Amino acid sequence: MSLTEKDKAAVKALWAKVSKVMDTVGGEALGRMLLVYPQTKTYFSHWPDLTPGSEPVMVHGKLILGGVTEAVSKIDNLRGGLLELSELHAFKLRVDPSNFKMLAHCAMVVIAIMFPKDFTPETHVAFDKFLAAVALGLSEKYR
Amino acid sequence: MVEWSENERSIISNIFSNLDYNDIGPKALVRCLIVYPWTQRYFTSFGNLYNAEAISTNPKVAAHGIKVLHGLDRALKNMDNIKATYAELSVLHSEKLHVDPDNFKLLSDCLTIVVAGKLGSAFTPEIQATFQKFLAVVVSALGKQYH
Repeated sequence: MSLTEKDKAAVKALWAKVSKVMDTVGGEALGRMLLVYPQTKTYFSHWPDLTPGSEPVMVHGKLILGGVTEAVSKIDNLRGGLLELSELHAFKLRVDPSNFKMLAHCAMVVIAIMFPKDFTPETHVAFDKFLAAVALGLSEKYR
Repeated sequence: MVEWSENERSIISNIFSNLDYNDIGPKALVRCLIVYPWTQRYFTSFGNLYNAEAISTNPKVAAHGIKVLHGLDRALKNMDNIKATYAELSVLHSEKLHVDPDNFKLLSDCLTIVVAGKLGSAFTPEIQATFQKFLAVVVSALGKQYH
């Protein structure tokens, strides 16, 4: 399920709009993930506040979405481009890869809310493929 | 048994009483067939599904989307016994329709995104969590009779 040129164009076009409100999208997506999939809270037991909209959530959400922006810029070689981030996730964070899907879903819910006309089924499939490819790139170094 | 708070019951009831089934049903199924194209395997009798445009304008897909969305009505009316309520439909999907139960989750994710797009910021994190809990219970019940 590799990204076609059409997929890449759709992702870049969508991200051009999303990146303008990136800080909010990241925090919103992370907050929703922690609420909708409570098992994901296990990775953040060291945070004082895990409620949607709280400071640690918004700050961390911004960080994560920054990573996605980096991935968009490296869309032609995600596996190679994400090696450093993969090492971080593999050896330090050790996030079970199943969690990437849950965050991806919540990111898409937020994008659907903020950009209902742009997040058409065709854009959705391209973006879903892209996030799956990012997840794969992030898990590259796991084993 | 699944526990529902008064708040959760009210959230679910509100979502569905304000839902335009004729709009949301088709949109959810269309999105599922486009985003997860392998799901088209169950609809070979629906005619033209060759591209996104064809799927989006296919009247059989639209009609079926409405039918499937109304399938959630039974859960609405029997929230304290969703598992038993869907036993018959589970048998149907397993023995007659031969649908891989993993597909139920794909459709429910698409439905969530369509509802999010419709409700906008009114689809708060809390409402999303409750809606997804509801869909997860239905999805689980639909897979229960597979053997």
